[in-house]
Amino acid sequence: MSELEPDWRSPSPRLLTMRRVQVGICGVAAAVILFAVLVSSTVTWAAIAGAVALVAGAVAQVFVARRVRAWGYAEREDDLFVKRGVLFSRLSVIPYGRMQFVDVTAGPFERLFGLATVRMHTAAAASDARIPGLETDEAARVRDRLTELGEAQAAGL
Amino acid sequence: MNVQDGWRRLHPLSPVVRAGRATIAIFVVLIPTLLSGGRNLSSDYFQLGAVAVLAALGFISWLVTRWRIDGDDLRIETGVVRRQSLRFPLAQVQAIDIVRPGLARMFRVAELRLRMGGASGGTARLAYLNEQEVEPLRAQLLALAHGGEEAEAPAQEAPEHVLVRVPTPRLVASILVSDVGMVAELVLLGLVIGAVLAPGAARGIVSGGTAELLAVVTLVWRRFNQEYRFNLAQTEDGLRLHGGLVALNTETIRPGRVQAVRMVEPFLWRRLGWCRMEVDLAGRQRRKGESEATGRSLRALLPVGSRALGLELLDHLVPGAPQPMLRAPRRVLVKSPLRFRYLAWGRSDAVVVTQTGRIRRVTVWVPLEKVQSLRRVEGPVQRALRLATVHLDTAGRALHAALRDRDRGEADEALGDLVRLARAARRAPPP
Repeated sequence: MSELEPDWRSPSPRLLTMRRVQVGICGVAAAVILFAVLVSSTVTWAAIAGAVALVAGAVAQVFVARRVRAWGYAEREDDLFVKRGVLFSRLSVIPYGRMQFVDVTAGPFERLFGLATVRMHTAAAASDARIPGLETDEAARVRDRLTELGEAQAAGL
Repeated sequence: MNVQDGWRRLHPLSPVVRAGRATIAIFVVLIPTLLSGGRNLSSDYFQLGAVAVLAALGFISWLVTRWRIDGDDLRIETGVVRRQSLRFPLAQVQAIDIVRPGLARMFRVAELRLRMGGASGGTARLAYLNEQEVEPLRAQLLALAHGGEEAEAPAQEAPEHVLVRVPTPRLVASILVSDVGMVAELVLLGLVIGAVLAPGAARGIVSGGTAELLAVVTLVWRRFNQEYRFNLAQTEDGLRLHGGLVALNTETIRPGRVQAVRMVEPFLWRRLGWCRMEVDLAGRQRRKGESEATGRSLRALLPVGSRALGLELLDHLVPGAPQPMLRAPRRVLVKSPLRFRYLAWGRSDAVVVTQTGRIRRVTVWVPLEKVQSLRRVEGPVQRALRLATVHLDTAGRALHAALRDRDRGEADEALGDLVRLARAARRAPPP
């Protein structure tokens, strides 16, 4: 259905890099810790455990890529579409008029990559709509636009 | 109890009532002291001291708490160490309750509770006020909430039009065949049989499982206590709920604040043609540790009644509500074999209805003008079966409509339609 297939925009390509680095660090750290703990008893098993952790990290990279690619958002005339998820795929529709506030957060990792997460809040707790990995400028633009449209179309409870 | 500048205090007996059962316990502790005539001086002094400290704390908490109506706000100041000044805008009031626990009725006081909307909305509590003071105050607050002038607070209660009255025999019967009631009956039956066959074992069970037994009895009692002589009336201020045996509750729900309506039909009730109607109001989600009473947002407008009465009430709340007509596709049997039987949804141009459940059939109506956001979710099992679920979120705390397990094409179409209809409903001027 064409109405549900608007022009999707995706998060910054740097989001994928960031997630890859995060997962990579976790994999390598797990491998090192496993090796360090086991090496005092048996060197062979320690090596095997470390290798398994590294392989798991490598496999995780594939899933990370799929997850990151699944994110998308589209600003339509009256509402915002956000889609995400691979195994459980979700599509959220948030009317601008229902938006209570928009916040932009950037954790230490995100700041390192110059990224930010934009989150929309409505009066319903279940409508959790966020767009991660937007470049800082784009995040500011989305925030301003959403606030502007939200004010223009505001509807009460 | 007027203090300067329109600030007013609560009733002086408030700490006693608020301490509730603890007060009774304190008296029980004091009895031996009073009876012994002061022989065991050292331990008696300790007990008396503890009671004195508690009484002093209660008195101080009463002394530092004050409230006033300030323009369109209700302001409450409280606290010694952490001084709080709370401001509750009356325009955001969703419902006003008058709560009278047993002890409060003994002392002729009542608590006024204002339920606020909004993401940060909590509950403003004035516990406790003089019984005569409460009714006029509620009328005044409601008038202010409507945007009226403070001066024209009506002295008279708004005229009532009774919609629902629950006769006691039906209430008793409904509790007896409800899920909680059945558990209680089974436990009792088991105990009686046990007592006849093996008195010793039964005694062991009773002494061992006292807590569980009490829990079951409390649940049954609470239902009965809350819904005894329940009646629902339509007034100018909104819907007025009134009922209770030991604790009297009066609640007022302002018009247009209903976010969703739900009809619950437990297994045995369906046989009798009975149902229960509940409504959900706006407010924040219940937080951890918050008691059920303060976090509760679902209110029973009809604790028990015939299906026809339920539908009549529904029509009053949500005019032109549709019935769930569209059944789920047969292949849903593979995914949800139990739920499949009643899985259905329907819509008109203004309202969406969804139905689910097996033992307890639950039907939820959501007016499209209350929809906050829409979601389409597709899980791995659903993908394999080409199914999807569409959720409609409201600002209510407990209810939302979910079009479960629809054919993917139908779900997409429904999502597109509902997005459009919700937009139209939002834009339409409020009636």
